[in-house]
Amino acid sequence: MSIAHYYETMDYGPAPEADGEARVWLKRHEATFGHFVSGKFVAPASGKHLTTIEPATGKALAKIAQGAAADVEAAVGAARSAQAPWAKLGGHGRARHLYALARMLQRHARLFAVLEAIDNGKPIRETRDLDVPLAARHLLYHAGWAQLQEREFADHVPVGVIGQIIPWNFPLLMLAWKIAPALAAGNTVVLKPAEFTSLTALLFAELAAEAGLPPGVLNVVTGDGATGALLVENPGVDKIAFTGSTEVGRLIRQSTAGSGKSLTLELGGKSPFIVFDDADIDGAVEGVVDAIWFNQGQVCCAGSRLLLQEGIAETFRKRLIRRMETLRVGPPLDKAIDMGAVVAPVQLERIKALVETGVKEGAEKYQAPGAIPSEGCFYPPTLLWNVHPSSTVAIEEIFGPVVVAMTFRTPDEAVMLANNTRYGLAASVWSETIGLALDIAPKLLAGVVWVNATNLFDASVGFGGYRESGFGREGGREGLAEYLKPKAWIGRKARAKLPPLPETSTEGVGFGTPSIDRTAKLFVGGKQVRPDGNYSRSVLSPKGKHLGEAGEGNRKDIRNAVAAARSAEAWARATAHNRAQILYYLAENLSARGDEFARRIGDMTGVSPAKARAEVEASIERLFSYGAWADKYEGTIHAPPLRGVALAMHEPIGVVGVACPDEAPLLGFISLVAPLIAMGNRVVAVPSERHPLAATDFYQVLETSDVPAGVVNIVTGERDALARVLAEHDDIDALWVFGSQEASTVAERLSVGNLKRTLVDHGLALDWYDRAASEGPILLRHAVQVKNIWIPYGD
Amino acid sequence: MPNSSAVPAQPHARDHNHTHPIARNTGRALEMDWVDEIRINLSAAERRVASLPGRRTVKKDAQAAWLLKAITCIDLTTLNGDDTTERVKRLCAKARAPLRTDLVEALGFAGRGLHTGAICVYHRFVATAVEALDGSDIPVAAVSTGFPAGLIPHDLKLKEIEASVRDGAQEIDIVITREHVLTRDWRALYAEVRDFRAACGDAHLKTILATGDLKTLRNVAKASMVCMMAGADFIKTSTGKEGVNATLPVTLAMLRMIRLYEERTGFKIGFKPAGGISTAKDVLNYQFLMKEELGRDWLEPDLFRIGASSLLADIERQLEHHVTGRYSAFNRHAVG
Repeated sequence: MSIAHYYETMDYGPAPEADGEARVWLKRHEATFGHFVSGKFVAPASGKHLTTIEPATGKALAKIAQGAAADVEAAVGAARSAQAPWAKLGGHGRARHLYALARMLQRHARLFAVLEAIDNGKPIRETRDLDVPLAARHLLYHAGWAQLQEREFADHVPVGVIGQIIPWNFPLLMLAWKIAPALAAGNTVVLKPAEFTSLTALLFAELAAEAGLPPGVLNVVTGDGATGALLVENPGVDKIAFTGSTEVGRLIRQSTAGSGKSLTLELGGKSPFIVFDDADIDGAVEGVVDAIWFNQGQVCCAGSRLLLQEGIAETFRKRLIRRMETLRVGPPLDKAIDMGAVVAPVQLERIKALVETGVKEGAEKYQAPGAIPSEGCFYPPTLLWNVHPSSTVAIEEIFGPVVVAMTFRTPDEAVMLANNTRYGLAASVWSETIGLALDIAPKLLAGVVWVNATNLFDASVGFGGYRESGFGREGGREGLAEYLKPKAWIGRKARAKLPPLPETSTEGVGFGTPSIDRTAKLFVGGKQVRPDGNYSRSVLSPKGKHLGEAGEGNRKDIRNAVAAARSAEAWARATAHNRAQILYYLAENLSARGDEFARRIGDMTGVSPAKARAEVEASIERLFSYGAWADKYEGTIHAPPLRGVALAMHEPIGVVGVACPDEAPLLGFISLVAPLIAMGNRVVAVPSERHPLAATDFYQVLETSDVPAGVVNIVTGERDALARVLAEHDDIDALWVFGSQEASTVAERLSVGNLKRTLVDHGLALDWYDRAASEGPILLRHAVQVKNIWIPYGD
Repeated sequence: MPNSSAVPAQPHARDHNHTHPIARNTGRALEMDWVDEIRINLSAAERRVASLPGRRTVKKDAQAAWLLKAITCIDLTTLNGDDTTERVKRLCAKARAPLRTDLVEALGFAGRGLHTGAICVYHRFVATAVEALDGSDIPVAAVSTGFPAGLIPHDLKLKEIEASVRDGAQEIDIVITREHVLTRDWRALYAEVRDFRAACGDAHLKTILATGDLKTLRNVAKASMVCMMAGADFIKTSTGKEGVNATLPVTLAMLRMIRLYEERTGFKIGFKPAGGISTAKDVLNYQFLMKEELGRDWLEPDLFRIGASSLLADIERQLEHHVTGRYSAFNRHAVG
């Protein structure tokens, strides 16, 4: 090619990034790596290695160690020994280390960028301009949290040893997202990178040690899914943080159920990209490029479902197809491409198969006409037009450069279609009308919403999903909190087993006038209803005195209660002021009947009248507290580096099942239900099995306090059996179980159906009178999920 | 409603040194819907242009070729109060021979008559420049209509255009009345530009929007569309005298309007960024944006011009580096 030739054609020509340094590094290790444990490389116990390939060429790149049980054990042991001294080092000491790691990354930025591009197949532009700088930003940002931790999180301590499992789509960036908050907060880490892309993690660990990070603080164990499973199951691990597929996320939830390990999951998505007819169409077309042709579409939050308002759909289609004509696919190290290689042949096959299915199901396929390399794992940018919500490709995550398009008529329909998915990771809304855009954003069930933008990320802004996209956040204050636990919960003891109640003693009144029979019913949808099975159970005093009957709720009662709670959606949109007023009103009405409730508590539990009265007073106060919190547990405004803001909104989770403990039958019930409804959730509560009558008496208080129908539903009966039904119900968004260890385990294990958020006590008793342990943000945090709405602005 | 009969209805061929001749924009009736429906989001536009330099680059021979192409698109400009006849002649000489002979030869371009796109001067120097460029293909562009503020009486503006055309200017760079944009008086803007176009006759009309004064991309995009409907052959960003001159986001907004206008009318409109483009790296980014947003045709001087005074010197240094492998200095290249 001569100058004259280029002058004529005005083609771009090749622009390769040099890869010499990265190859030198590989060569220095003879392209064979051990695990990185206690500050040095160690050979795998089994002696086995896996081969990692270069996706752009299909050639072998290096051998990485296959982690076995002994390797995981050694790494967890190293992390365990390092944890106490690392925590003891203090916030400032850890801040210095994180700062050094950020600087180290910046110093070797190009080496990381090139190695990542070679190993993963993604364009050097992205590793150089996005992955590496953002990874450094995460380390720097969290150095700041380490510095401020003692002041800002004084009532929290680190969780301990964290097992972190990261995916292959952003290997280095996900490493930073995971380790930065964990290390900042005083935890130590065993990281398991994806087997396709372990190299930058190994390079990072090596250079981190050189930068002075103490041995054992960051350990890297490589290997395939089996190694990950070993890490998940290792009893020495206090928390698992996982990013990857929803399928594996479910397995992890199941296998950690009941172990007491805390868990955050960042899983898949099928994120909507909504374009209204008043949008900047050309801007939105570029948005699609950033949404789905970024990182070859291998992005969990990729805007993969294009929802177009009917009036502009045809214009949009034409402009998008025109835009596709200029996309360039090529070798990852070429500096003039838009897309590189898909990570592995298995992914390429999956993409091809799904596209084929989409076409079979009626989609029109458009692909970028530009040439793609004939060798290696490449797939062209693809648009599937005329897709319907029922098409496979509209439902399944493709995890490739394929966007599917459908239309809508009205804003309501856009929201309905956007939320018509099991996932809830991200969403993008395009409109030049501020009122419309800001009305739609809160209605989308997604952890991140970008207004007139897409795929924006920053360390200061929490990232994470709703629904089956997982739980927990990464980034921001909300992300750091995932790596801390409250001091107030540390000393909890296993709940004492209550003695069985004696046999019923029947004492009639003879021929005296009997009291009027009062049978407690279930409370569903604002109405007192008989249990579906029409059975009831006796409620006895500790001495065996018959105190009354409570309904024996069953599956169908739970079903009805969930349906009622689901239809009470308006509660979530009620103003916080309105919810506060109702909580105060509940306190007022409970107070008016305080004597009666105290008598009931005394009768059921046998506590002294003074103690029973104290429980009522504490319950009244608790309602007041949540009335107070209702309009004060607010979100924050993040300040990411752009002209704009990110609003971290506290949103209700939705329908929450609550299984209440036997101790403090009124206060326990109020302590769990009140924070949930204060934040706009609707509740299906199963009261104490042994002492249900305080809760059933309470429905009369609910009825007189303007609580809308369906906001609080009460189903009495066999508590753990009902909790199991709640756990298995896929229309319940979260489940709180306070009771036995077994109930906690069952709740966690069965929550996988729709990956509901769980808050369980593992049979450890809370002191409901200790406000530090049982009132306020300590529970409110679990009553909300954080949605971050990114609003770039400017005109 | 004004109609298109007010502007010359005959499309006719432009000079063209590369591809097929381009039909000249006839202009058309003002369509208010085309203006009202324009939406442009600043942040989205900024993200597009911010990522472009990372998405496109040219190296080695390709880079040399692109820079040579850029030279052919430069409107070599002098628009200063102290301009004199001799100064203008010197600039014309540079336009004829923009690159040192040994470099032209080393790059394999000897005999191609490489020259800049045009010379751009005030009316006073049009005749001087036309004479100095006699025998070359280099057109003379005159800034006009009370450049740079554009606040002289309308009839004088038309007279100024006519005078420059009489003196031999083949291109007229007019300034619009910014007030029409800032007050949303699109009919007045349309009428003004339509009159300028009529006054140009066969000379090509470049409409300077003074985007630094218009402030928002919405204003820029809407003014672009109105000017094209009124018969502009080129739309141009700036006079070089506003506080902010050509920028990539403003360019993106204007290019999208050019694309839309072509979709609707079939006419290809040229684009000229001016002011602030002073390095080879800068100009490549503009070229990438032209190619990506509009296509190959818009890399040639009949659809792309760059208003610049110091850019050429940097391109010369870069091309010398390409030839010799050594970094060059300004004093090794003739001034214009």
